[in-house]
Amino acid sequence: MPIDIDIAHVARLARLDLTEAELGAYKTQLGVILDHAAKVQSLEGEPHPETAHPLGFVNAFRRDETRPSLDREEVMEQAPARQDGYFVVPPPLDER
Amino acid sequence: MSTGPQLHDLTIVGAGERLRSGDVTSVDLLEAALDRAHRTEAQLHAFLTLDREGAGAASQAADADLAIGRDRGPLHGIPMALKDNMCTRGLETTASSQILAGYRPPYDATVVTRLRDAGAVIIGKTNLDEFAMGSSTENSGYGSSYNPWDITRVPGGSSGGSAAAVAAGSAFGALGSDTGGSIRQPASLSGIVGLKPTYGTVSRYGLIAFASSLDQIGPLSKSVTDAALTLGAIWGHDPLDATSYSGAYPDLTADLDKGVSGMRIGVVSELAGEGYEAAVESAVQEMVGDLAGAGAEIVEVSLPTFEIALSAYYLIAPAEASANLARFDGIRYGHRAPGASTEAMMARTRAEGFGPEVTRRILLGTYALSAGYYDAFYGQAQRVRAAIQDDFARAYRRVDALVSPTSPTVAFKAGDRVDDPLAMYLSDICTIPSNLSGHPAISVPIGVDDQSLPIGFQVMAPALGEQVMFRVAAEVERLAAFTARPVIAEVAS
Repeated sequence: MPIDIDIAHVARLARLDLTEAELGAYKTQLGVILDHAAKVQSLEGEPHPETAHPLGFVNAFRRDETRPSLDREEVMEQAPARQDGYFVVPPPLDER
Repeated sequence: MSTGPQLHDLTIVGAGERLRSGDVTSVDLLEAALDRAHRTEAQLHAFLTLDREGAGAASQAADADLAIGRDRGPLHGIPMALKDNMCTRGLETTASSQILAGYRPPYDATVVTRLRDAGAVIIGKTNLDEFAMGSSTENSGYGSSYNPWDITRVPGGSSGGSAAAVAAGSAFGALGSDTGGSIRQPASLSGIVGLKPTYGTVSRYGLIAFASSLDQIGPLSKSVTDAALTLGAIWGHDPLDATSYSGAYPDLTADLDKGVSGMRIGVVSELAGEGYEAAVESAVQEMVGDLAGAGAEIVEVSLPTFEIALSAYYLIAPAEASANLARFDGIRYGHRAPGASTEAMMARTRAEGFGPEVTRRILLGTYALSAGYYDAFYGQAQRVRAAIQDDFARAYRRVDALVSPTSPTVAFKAGDRVDDPLAMYLSDICTIPSNLSGHPAISVPIGVDDQSLPIGFQVMAPALGEQVMFRVAAEVERLAAFTARPVIAEVAS
């Protein structure tokens, strides 16, 4: 069952900057894997419910009370770029 | 050093006895493990980080505690290794990805906190397939690990570093994570014990997530009892993990010596045949015969949905991974590439930081979840999951436990499957159903083939059925009497 994948669109959604050659290779590989994965369509019998949690647990809540967070300085030490307690990032749009 | 078995060959139980008799100290145990690592790391590359300083301090503290009669339990003073996808505060944690090179977590994973509270000595972080995606550890962003039984072969994956470290004696035990078989398969290929517990029983807080509905942390060890003691130290409800089980937990060691007389054991008919090596099948059949001889009733059981379990997994796991790995964007931690806009920076960062298997799975998962395809792929896979659970439920009305090979093959040569993703994915065909169902499963080494490569036997049990699983596993271990150890040509690195 050939599946035509808009691989450039998928890569954009996934924020992956891939070359044309890479996109071509991944498109082929995905086709092969999805062909195999499409076997899930062969499930017979009564329709089953979609099951996300293996043991059917539902919401786990905690008390609405403040408690200490992570150490801010320790967290900021991991930042690739920082200033005055902020993470520094490139502008949202290319301003050039 | 004395003649006979060396310190690094001891089980956790054996090391604990020597500690408490005053024969050795925790510092001695640590030195034995570090020395063993020193002599084998050039061949095996099991570790990404060895924390001599932190481990040294912890072993001294363990000895001081024991000296004043403060005994924290079976893991007290025992050097343990951690797969590098578990956050250790202040100690580099990379998930074997270049995108997290140099990352030092600001917190400990819950399992790390529990190991420290149990007095364990964390010796270092072990190699894995990048973000736990793989079955050979060849997808590591920092180079492959190798199998102590044959260093031209893989140790399995994704917890290959942990498996190699325990098999080699560079750690007395280790933790790994299992999403599709990533503890059990490397345990099988490396000739040691490894298990995945019931989903929700071991906290995922601080485990770098791959697939949140499948991931579970578990022990790798030299014996079934060691595995039970390690699991007991790390499991239990954790309010920091919203998927953590808050009900009653079974007693893990109560039935270890009970044997299998009167138990009903099911052999899964789908997990045999084409693709399974003859030596693996005959070893497994022989063990099934031995279990019958030990008083178990053997039943052939068919779980037809197992035929599509792999397909469901290769939709669910990448879909969840694509969401979990969206956080690696170069903003707050890890690698950042240059970029004229935030989006360009993110896209370049991720392309540079992720390896090919991770990229492949993110693309696959993104596609399976995207508009127009969600229901046919991801939605349908989640329905298959419910069907698999039904098959298991039907089987467990007839039997107490299910058995199979852990892996269709023994350890394969490095490089054999890297260019064929589907062939690599088939390594997990026996282990994946338990991840989809959330049930516990364990691999126990039962022998070697004619090339001295280990064979693993898998025991599966219903959810929260660890007591039954361990009971059968302990008997398998007794019947196998597997005492062989790998011989690694030592080279000081």
